[in-house]
Amino acid sequence: MISFSALAKLNLDDKVSGLDLPDQWYELTGYIKITPDNIIKILNPNPEFGQNVMTSLPMIVAEELEADWKQVVVEMGPHDSVKLGPQFTGGSNSMRMYWKPLREAGAAARNMLMEAAAQTWSVPVEELTTKSGKIYHEKSGKSGTYGSFASKASSIPIPKGVKLKDVKDFKVVRSSKKNVEGLKIVTGKPLFGLDYKVEGMLIAMIEHPPAFGMKLKSFDASEALKMPGIKDVFSQKLYEDDFEQGGFDTRTFNDLLVVVGNTTWEVMKARKKLKVQWEPAGETKNIMGTQKREVIVPGELESTSTQLEKMKEYAKKPAQQLRKDGDPETAFKNAAKIIERTYNAPFLAHNCMEPMNFFAHVTDEKALVAGPLQAPGWSEPTLAKLLNLPADKIEIQMTRMGGGFGVRAYGHYIYEAALISKKVKAPVKLVYSREDDMTYGIYRPMYTATYRAALDANKNLIAFHVKGGGIPEHAVHANRFPAGAIDNYLAESWQIPSNITIGAFRAPRSNFAAAAEQSFLDEVAEAMGKDPIDLRLELLKRAKENPVGKNNDYNADRYAEVLKLVKEKSGWNNPENKKYSRGVAAYFCHNSYAAHVVDMIMRDGQPYVERVTSAVDCGIVINPDAAINMIQGAVVDGIGNALYGGLTHKDGAAEQNNFHRYRMIRFHEAPKKIDVHFVKNDLDPTGLGEPPFPPVFGAVANALYKNTGTRFYEQPYILQLNKTSRA
Amino acid sequence: MITLNVNNKNYNVDVDPETPLLWVLRDTLGLAGTKYGCGIAQCGACTVHLNGQAARSCVTRVSSVAGKKVVTIEGLSEKGEHPLQKAWIELDVPQCGYCQGGQIMSAAVLIRENKNPTEKDIDNAMAGNICRCGTYLRIRKAIQLAAEIQRKGG
Repeated sequence: MISFSALAKLNLDDKVSGLDLPDQWYELTGYIKITPDNIIKILNPNPEFGQNVMTSLPMIVAEELEADWKQVVVEMGPHDSVKLGPQFTGGSNSMRMYWKPLREAGAAARNMLMEAAAQTWSVPVEELTTKSGKIYHEKSGKSGTYGSFASKASSIPIPKGVKLKDVKDFKVVRSSKKNVEGLKIVTGKPLFGLDYKVEGMLIAMIEHPPAFGMKLKSFDASEALKMPGIKDVFSQKLYEDDFEQGGFDTRTFNDLLVVVGNTTWEVMKARKKLKVQWEPAGETKNIMGTQKREVIVPGELESTSTQLEKMKEYAKKPAQQLRKDGDPETAFKNAAKIIERTYNAPFLAHNCMEPMNFFAHVTDEKALVAGPLQAPGWSEPTLAKLLNLPADKIEIQMTRMGGGFGVRAYGHYIYEAALISKKVKAPVKLVYSREDDMTYGIYRPMYTATYRAALDANKNLIAFHVKGGGIPEHAVHANRFPAGAIDNYLAESWQIPSNITIGAFRAPRSNFAAAAEQSFLDEVAEAMGKDPIDLRLELLKRAKENPVGKNNDYNADRYAEVLKLVKEKSGWNNPENKKYSRGVAAYFCHNSYAAHVVDMIMRDGQPYVERVTSAVDCGIVINPDAAINMIQGAVVDGIGNALYGGLTHKDGAAEQNNFHRYRMIRFHEAPKKIDVHFVKNDLDPTGLGEPPFPPVFGAVANALYKNTGTRFYEQPYILQLNKTSRA
Repeated sequence: MITLNVNNKNYNVDVDPETPLLWVLRDTLGLAGTKYGCGIAQCGACTVHLNGQAARSCVTRVSSVAGKKVVTIEGLSEKGEHPLQKAWIELDVPQCGYCQGGQIMSAAVLIRENKNPTEKDIDNAMAGNICRCGTYLRIRKAIQLAAEIQRKGG
């Protein structure tokens, strides 16, 4: 496999050893280009942030094209929504979104090549067959490579409604292919946004207020401007007061204090010489969308301790009803036993290993922006508005991302870079330091939820109630399991406005909902005297055979299958596994199903997950080894965030600003074994970036209970554990 | 002017002597394989070799490096054929890939000095390198595989 990147043209040392790229490419559909000597280039439409779309999406094209994977080179596509579709990485959507269009593109190109061969050889197209990048006419014994017909094929109109392969004939899809950028990664080639460089490029950094709720009052840059390499220091408004923000036009701080210089270190050093006065921002207003919906942002300097108090108060107040089945009030009144538990989780910082950054070169006529982003299509219209340029004068290049986890779907750092470049009239790379990245973030919200279960005298589960809230968003999915499985059900929510900026974080809302609900179900099962897997399976059986209510947002069979599979593969009832504290959890979100059994031990008073068994249903698994890698990563990420993750605030300022204070899971804390099993079916593929992540939290909490005899309600669990063991 | 030896090549650089080696490599010499992750020696993304020992280039002043041999991920092998690089590809370790250069540089010192590292040896050598994507399990296996490739003379 050879691979190269669109960045090759931009001063990046990007030549693959010994491969001289040909000049002559014939385009067949927007995704495929073929040279006369049969090198097949497939464009990856979607931004790559570690989910391996650079490899897995082109595999789909290669499958239907009947290309020899060895002849395929992959290139990151340009931002071109007409040719390359929605180009959005997020919501575990890449596979779902592109499965059909990429199959169709591959099949259409194959048909065009066959048509070209049929015309050349004057034979009926029906008599042709294809294999590994070649076309054969058995009757005449003729054969030729795709490359030899590429020129002719490129002038044939793209056919519609072409026949797709039968699933059983797949050769590329469902076989593991190595990461097409693997060699570049392990040899340190410049792939990422922070590696992007052009001649004459300046570096910019932003000095932001020390706390949420503060803003820039005044500054004295005289000392900073004297520092070597410094070009300019100025303040810059991100959005004007009447700016209509789109849904992903985030704003953490609006008045930016910008330092521009020649090199990163010079700018970092000059920042320390700034004399800045900050002042309370007071209440501010965001105007959202063309409907001009006004969102009031409070001005308080918030602290975690007061936020927790406030959440307790709000939890007692009446909330918004999201769903109600049966008569939960009466059922709770008549219950023989009520279990009520409250779960809390902190803000989480995304902490992508590559801090936020973006390159921009804006002139009066056009703009080029390049860097790590998940949603170029959402940033483009805002860039056009902010820069007062037509959209077709804006070029967005997508680099490989050093992590994303949701935060790179937002646009503010791209707009910041573009506005800075416009101001200084030069190509600029905006760089966030790790401290900027962690304290100037778009975080996972702070969540709480109270769950109640009512049991009758025979320990039957007769009612279920969830009332969830958050700052500034709640995490209640009213129509998800166990909704539909319990006669009397109530889901309610509330939220508290905040000036701490939040956004999508790997499996938004689900990452808390699964932690709370899957811990709670474990406790309910125990109170009912049932095995936790058996209880879930019973509820799912009920949801399938005689569902309660409407709009139940899951397939009970597929949900049950992952539980059964994890039960079998983990040896759930095998006495040999008793040496571990075992916790189980399952969840459905973002269209795929996942269940985990975690096996925990305690060493020197600290919990370690030694091994994990995972069962996943994501339909057809396109690139199995890469899929396993992503699930293993989600498991490690889940353990890390559940046990250690959390961002707290004091008077508006983040108390963690770098990795010495924000605890990330480390090498020795990760499991040594994570066995992944897939439910085998031929359903259209769904994504994996998010679904395996949420249930890890619940499984870890349940294993901790097995180990310590204490239930865990507060994330990060390690803090609760340390409190308990000290007490 | 400071004279540096990076990947067996001499460079004269005219920079503030306090500048961390990391930014000289990235901004001045154009060697972007060494990554910025935290700036305070907490994540390991910037790991290079200084006279053969793993060092965090983000807290290493460039002035302290004069006269020492610096090796970066770009210089670890000529064509990406170091046993660790082979093992990394064989086991398809990376997800986003950003930390992996630093991981490999830390592991390279380990397997050079310890031909048959135990689980514990690997834990100790790699404790300073964060992988946000959670590829630790594969990194562990790749180090074991690389040690094996090395023992077989590969």
